[in-house]
Amino acid sequence: MNDMTPIAVQTTLKDWETDQEVRWCPGCGDYAILKAVQRILPEIGADPAKTVFVSGIGCSSRFPYYVESYGFHTIHGRAPAFATGVKLANPELDIWLVTGDGDGMSIGGNHTMHLLRRNLNCQVMLFNNEIYGLTKGQYSPTSREGTSSPSTPLGSVDHPALPCAFALGSGARFVARGFDVSKELGGVLKAAHAHKGAAFVEIFQNCIVYNKDRFDDFAAPKGAEASQLWLKDGEPMLFGSEKSGGVKGIALDLATLSLKVVDVVDGDWQAAGVIVHNAKNKAVAHMLVEMPFGPFPMALGVIFDDPRPTYEDAVLGQDVKAREGKVADLGKLLAKGQTWTVSGTAADPV
Amino acid sequence: MATVLADTKPTAAAGNSTPEAVVVRFAGDSGDGMQLTGGQFTLSTALAGNDLATFPDFPAEIRAPQGTLFGVSAFQINFGSTAIETAGDAPDVLVAMNPAALKTNVQALKPGGLIIADSGEFTKRNLEKAKYEVNPLEDGSLAKWDLLAFDISALTLESVKPFGLGNKEALRCKNMWTLGLALWMFDRDRAPLVEWLKDKFRKNPVLADANIAALNAGHAYGETAELAGPLKKLQIDPVPSAPGLYRTVTGAEAVSLGLVAGAQLAGLPMFFGGYPITPASAILHNLVKLKEFGVTTFQAEDEIAAICSAIGASYAGQLGVTSSSGPGIALKGEAMGLAIMTELPLVIVNSQRGGPSTGLPTKTEQSDLYQAVYGRNGDAPLPVIAARSPADAFDCAIEACRIAVQFMTPVILLTDGYIANAAEPWAVPDPSAYQPFPIEFLAENNNPAGGKVLPYKRDAKGVRPWIKPGTPGLMHRIGGIEKAPETGDLDYSPAVHQLQTDARKAKIDGVASAIPPQGVELGNTTGKLAVVGWGSTYGPIVQAVRRARAKGQDVSHIHVRHIWPLPENLGDLLKGFDKVLVPEMNTGQFKTVLRDQYLIDARPLNKTSGQPYTIAEIEAAIEAMLA
Repeated sequence: MNDMTPIAVQTTLKDWETDQEVRWCPGCGDYAILKAVQRILPEIGADPAKTVFVSGIGCSSRFPYYVESYGFHTIHGRAPAFATGVKLANPELDIWLVTGDGDGMSIGGNHTMHLLRRNLNCQVMLFNNEIYGLTKGQYSPTSREGTSSPSTPLGSVDHPALPCAFALGSGARFVARGFDVSKELGGVLKAAHAHKGAAFVEIFQNCIVYNKDRFDDFAAPKGAEASQLWLKDGEPMLFGSEKSGGVKGIALDLATLSLKVVDVVDGDWQAAGVIVHNAKNKAVAHMLVEMPFGPFPMALGVIFDDPRPTYEDAVLGQDVKAREGKVADLGKLLAKGQTWTVSGTAADPV
Repeated sequence: MATVLADTKPTAAAGNSTPEAVVVRFAGDSGDGMQLTGGQFTLSTALAGNDLATFPDFPAEIRAPQGTLFGVSAFQINFGSTAIETAGDAPDVLVAMNPAALKTNVQALKPGGLIIADSGEFTKRNLEKAKYEVNPLEDGSLAKWDLLAFDISALTLESVKPFGLGNKEALRCKNMWTLGLALWMFDRDRAPLVEWLKDKFRKNPVLADANIAALNAGHAYGETAELAGPLKKLQIDPVPSAPGLYRTVTGAEAVSLGLVAGAQLAGLPMFFGGYPITPASAILHNLVKLKEFGVTTFQAEDEIAAICSAIGASYAGQLGVTSSSGPGIALKGEAMGLAIMTELPLVIVNSQRGGPSTGLPTKTEQSDLYQAVYGRNGDAPLPVIAARSPADAFDCAIEACRIAVQFMTPVILLTDGYIANAAEPWAVPDPSAYQPFPIEFLAENNNPAGGKVLPYKRDAKGVRPWIKPGTPGLMHRIGGIEKAPETGDLDYSPAVHQLQTDARKAKIDGVASAIPPQGVELGNTTGKLAVVGWGSTYGPIVQAVRRARAKGQDVSHIHVRHIWPLPENLGDLLKGFDKVLVPEMNTGQFKTVLRDQYLIDARPLNKTSGQPYTIAEIEAAIEAMLA
């Protein structure tokens, strides 16, 4: 987000609701995400006039119509490119990019990569439901192997993309995860907003119609403690409880240089070798986003957060520098270079 | 800024008696083997046929000191598609193998001509010998001409490396390397030269092979670097007739300057999103140097991102511009549809090249007219403007900006490889002669009922307001889905789509009333034959029509800038002629538009060889039409 003077505009959740009928399927995870966003916008003092939601195509990309701010529902996969133009044209605008697993990882994968590598200051919310919803249920680039769908009746054979691993690989400086109905989602989004630069948030989202309860393994309230690893900067990576079968932690296996799950006895996580989360540690971030769910819990929260200068600052800073001491004199510009004067009348006119 | 007072120069430069020929002068050190090559050329009957003439220019001294001004040796080749009468015209291209060669020959070069210089020879010592205080390749003193400078010596050495020649012998192959490059640029066959080299070095096949390798390497360099030849210059070289200040300008420069001027006249900063593609990249290269005019440039990750970023910038209140060539324009199609649907201003420059697909990247064609006028999904009308020459591209770019912002629409500006690369003398315009068209963004709620803002409330011309995000109280959402009138709320009910499709069409049709009526370039406004052109065929058509008229034929030349919508009077104008001939470098695209719009029997004259029309070809077609 911006490091300019605090905007501190007073709004309420209601101020961020539009008069448009929300057209997602009843029970869709998108509702919860919309509410989470509308809840935190007043909390961060966002100004509706300076907030722009930019989206591509897909169920998630209808999002801008439901937020009372400026909004641009663009074309499939290209939201990052539109956002780049908007931000470079007016860096004071606070941009929220809404995309999905098909929009952001498939048709728009290229743009997602370049937005992250350039580090355009904006929040990228990638709603991952592991399916194409709007086109009626085809498998997506994040669908798990074997996903049976109208286009893959025998099960999908391709390996799924990992959005957070992709983001880290693309050079993102903020990578986080949450899920639609999580109480923590608002906090994750606020952290994304507080990060100056491209903040990538993968939000697991339940597609009630085509991929129902796909994330229940870790997102369902039952068993949540044992299956969710909520990362907090400076705190040990602990999950589970005595009730859920014991407190566990994530430790580094020095022999294989990989992560492992360890039991924590009597709360002595140090003795168990549990790692303290350092959001600036990219190497560990890579390991966390790649942890296979099952043997490991799902890493959630702010996985990586290490800001560096933003793209718009670099571009516009260079513009300012290049303009220093120069006057925009069109007449002079047109007559630049070697010129000559024709006097009198010349030969045959053309 | 140096101003050269040389009132006779442009006239002299344009006084080429065989305007469809190209004169190339090779100049180097007499020790470079220049004379030998040149001499062999003139002696070689195989090469000195009727489409090639050479003109050797030996120094008086047989062995003048190396690198000195008086040691320069040159020979000149006149490539031509018709019989060559002389090889002695002012050169269009100068190949300068060292600073001395440049110094002694450059003044003979036509304004806007091309200099190819061996930068490897522009060493401190050689510069001193040629009495240059600063490197002329770097100080802007050659601005009057196009300059291509690269290390020919090094490139030649690399190309003949496999043959194990000594350094001196290897460097002698430089001539062949540059000749290879010239052959690429002018589309000439290498085979006769290869034969000539084999014969010349028959006693030393290694030398023959090395020379052939150098020739091929120079040719390959041109191809790989996609250097376009300046062949077209001669066709569009107008003789500057009016007194005033002149400079040379290429189409790419003129487009860039025109876009800057357009943004200034609109009072807007400009955002340019581009992706490298031949022959359009030069516009990006030019604009990046004009930041003080409020220009921000963005080299996007692809063509799609380039246009989308420009639309994003337009949405945010700048003048969004993107540029490409046919294949890139194809990729931009969907985004153009969004700009049409969201009714945002945008200028799209298409420097056309031969197609389809990759086609002929360095050659010219006018085959993207259908793409510009019709090439999008849905009923997606947008204005299309075509520049006729490098200088004309300036005015056309301003016109494109004006229409884009006044009508809240994307506008396509068509140029082509020919216009983009060609340089021509240009009467430097006075910016104050152009009428500003300042923009007003919506600042307050336009809803008379006092409810929410109405982003699709159209004015009398059918144009919606431009609302910048950041404006308090005017929050709204736009997108590519069909929308209700006024509110812009999602609505794809049958009646609404009918109404909005009609409204979008009516708005673009209405542009016709905001453009000048169609005039006649040459000849009467009625008569036996109208030759109707558009774009870069202007040069050959105007000259062919002039020649035909000089012979007493009743023929007029009409050249159309506004391809879509067409000028309001064009239909009536064309109906005043018995016959209409439409020469185009495609298979008849504008002809189809004219037939469709006016139900007239417009006859095609088509050429898709990647080569511009010759005057003779159009003259012959006029003869045939009037026979």
